[in-house]
Amino acid sequence: MSMHIQPILAALRRHKAGTVLIALQIALTLAIVCNAMFIIQQRLAHLSEPTGVDEANLLVIPNQWAGHMSPEQADAQVRTDLVALRQLPSVSDASPSDAYPLSGGGWDNFIMRKPEQLTPTTDASIYLGDEHMLDTLGVKLIAGRNFNAAEVVYMAPRQVVIPSVVIVTKALADHLYPDGSALGKPIYAMSTTPTVIVGIVERLQRQGVSQWNKAYAYESLLWPARQDATGVYYIVHAKPGQLADAMREVPRALYAQNRLRIIDPDDGGSYVQIRKRIYDSDRGMAILLAIISAVLLAITAAGIVGLTSFWVGQRRKQIGVRRALGATRGDILSYFLTENLLIGIGGVAVGVVLAIAINLWMVTQFEMARLSLIYVGIGVIALLALGQGAVLAPAIRASKVSPVEATRSV
Amino acid sequence: MRGMTGYYFRLALRSLRRNPLLTALMVLAIGFGVAASMTTYAVFRAVSGNPLPDKSAQLFVPQIDNWGPASRKSGGDIPDSLSYTDAMALMRAHQAKRQTAIYPVSYTVVPGAGSQPFTVNGYATYTDFFPMFDVPFRYGNGWASEHDTQRANVIVISSQLNQSLFGGTNSVGHTLNLDGHDYLVVGVTADWNPQPRFYDVNNNRSFADAPDFYLPFTRAVDMQSATTGNNNCFGSTGRAPGWDSWLHSECDWVSLWLELPNAAAVTHYKSYLEGYVAEQTRGGRFRWTGGAQLFDLVGWLDHEQVVPPETRVSMMVALGFLLVCLVNTVGLLLAKFMRRAGEIGVRRALGASRRQIYVQFLIEAWAIGVAGGLLGLLLTGVGVFGIGLVFEPAIARLAQVNLTLVGLTLLVSMAATVVAALYPTWRAAHVQPAWQLKSN
Repeated sequence: MSMHIQPILAALRRHKAGTVLIALQIALTLAIVCNAMFIIQQRLAHLSEPTGVDEANLLVIPNQWAGHMSPEQADAQVRTDLVALRQLPSVSDASPSDAYPLSGGGWDNFIMRKPEQLTPTTDASIYLGDEHMLDTLGVKLIAGRNFNAAEVVYMAPRQVVIPSVVIVTKALADHLYPDGSALGKPIYAMSTTPTVIVGIVERLQRQGVSQWNKAYAYESLLWPARQDATGVYYIVHAKPGQLADAMREVPRALYAQNRLRIIDPDDGGSYVQIRKRIYDSDRGMAILLAIISAVLLAITAAGIVGLTSFWVGQRRKQIGVRRALGATRGDILSYFLTENLLIGIGGVAVGVVLAIAINLWMVTQFEMARLSLIYVGIGVIALLALGQGAVLAPAIRASKVSPVEATRSV
Repeated sequence: MRGMTGYYFRLALRSLRRNPLLTALMVLAIGFGVAASMTTYAVFRAVSGNPLPDKSAQLFVPQIDNWGPASRKSGGDIPDSLSYTDAMALMRAHQAKRQTAIYPVSYTVVPGAGSQPFTVNGYATYTDFFPMFDVPFRYGNGWASEHDTQRANVIVISSQLNQSLFGGTNSVGHTLNLDGHDYLVVGVTADWNPQPRFYDVNNNRSFADAPDFYLPFTRAVDMQSATTGNNNCFGSTGRAPGWDSWLHSECDWVSLWLELPNAAAVTHYKSYLEGYVAEQTRGGRFRWTGGAQLFDLVGWLDHEQVVPPETRVSMMVALGFLLVCLVNTVGLLLAKFMRRAGEIGVRRALGASRRQIYVQFLIEAWAIGVAGGLLGLLLTGVGVFGIGLVFEPAIARLAQVNLTLVGLTLLVSMAATVVAALYPTWRAAHVQPAWQLKSN
């Protein structure tokens, strides 16, 4: 092999422009594809994060009151609605809430460990619910206890009510009390009134999953309360396998209770719908980048085929001479493969630098994560293999050039 | 020369037909590269456009740091909306030509028996909102400024709401019931929904459907209508129960827009704003100094990062893709042109000038550019149609194929191909005729 490299380099020097163009194309392709693959992986990882709730059997009904209803009337209607919902044959449990995981946004509070603390320790998504909330969501209680009915308070609009007890996620408990002593401790949620941790659940995703939420991922708390400003979310847990029935029965049952309500079709629904809504742009981005990467690789491969074919065509006479002087078909084949490998190595070397530079720039511009070198490695191997694959057909054609060509002019 | 151009064009077509595969490859590369760029550009243009080009330089947003440096210890900016206290102080001071406080509200409409109630979304504003933002009216007008001070039950509705409630007729003088309260319709806007919705970008509604109504800010506050946008609070102080305590808390939820017609007005307002903040510090409300900012409309959209990062990243990836396609085309054109070194040598020996070689090969490249452009146009059409798969629907529907996009697609592909052809053509024009003839 090593013997062949000198003449190949000499030949490449005569095709400077073509060599540089192929190497440049490989470099750019590597830089783009590495970053694209990395973004795709990040997006896919993002959209496959679990919520911690029993998604397969959950239904969220965004319920808004129409016309004029006093907060007290609305709360009475909420309680009546819940009784009706829990009696439905397809429903196993239901709870009122102010939000649901992956709703996109909602109420979150800064959390402090001490009442007089000026800078918050962290931030938590807030879910209100009654004593049925844990069972309805299907989240796993790993320490402490559930709320009891007597602890559930009513929060009238604009009343700053801090429930005496709170259930927090493990992520929030660990952030507040890294030594694992959270249970039984008070926390302060933008108030000097304490709320005591009585339970810890394994996992409950926040309402929002956008960039700023990432620092507080899975940090959520549950308060035993009903709140009704202009509407409420009913979280409904269907009996296993009966989600479709519940999706039909629940709105019908609610309208039968009171027609003066609005259920927004663009909010809530099943978790298939909720996930689709919130991760739309992540999935779309992954699809777009996958398409662009695939076409890009195809075009780069085609470009290599095109240029190498031209070189083979141009050097038929020289190939013939080499064949006449005793070079085997294998020698010719390996000549073109090695030539491509050399150009490819030059290209990927530049490409790696470019890929990392682009990523570093994107880190500053789009708060993106640092490119993992695994993707650069995969990209390098993929592009070298692509180059070898692309050059194979023209190289085989070159190896079939007959020694007789040496005697022909042009 | 005209005759020669025709001749070169025929030569080009003949040459392109000689290597159909190579030609197809170049056309495909240009087509895909241009289509990817144009599709993502169509989206980018839709979301990054200036929503009010004639007026944007005169519209400003003031920011006041009412939470202090302690709130930014873990990163972040000064609040992007104002507290009610600050917004009202700035409104009362009346230091701009026009000014309006704004917050989003939503009510329900209960139509007659038999039809389902529905939600309407709108904004609580001052009457300056309409002339400031050049809101067009179909019927009537904005309310009188006395209505703002009288906290009157008046409303301006959109043409869409007018269509669904009043069948599109002139509803000025009619009443409309929202959440059990009657409002007198004083105006019906023509279709008006600037994108992005610059006056409400801090509430994730930059690309939403047109609002249904506008009513006096003062009236909405009297009705205790809560904001349907963000309500950001910091710390635990000043959160006593009740509507009034909330109004006078340091929670931020009000947007304020100003019309400052010239540089002098801007300078004046800046010094007023700094004076206002200094006064708050002197009075003991702020335990820090400074923290006032004034953004113009374009600067504000940039500050609020209205263009989604997905849109920017996609466009950059697409441009990178086009670049690779161009490098690819340079290589293929080089191969194609240099293969004809012999032919060039003969033509040069027979008296063709370098200039003529340039013209001949650039025409050949241009022909590829045209074909690539047509393919690119087709693929852009497919791309824009399929963009709903990739971007959120509110943004995707903004991207449209129009005459500008068609023209731009063709222009970009032709320009790109000719640029790609420059080096190969230069090489072709510098073929040494003597050398070529000898080697034959």
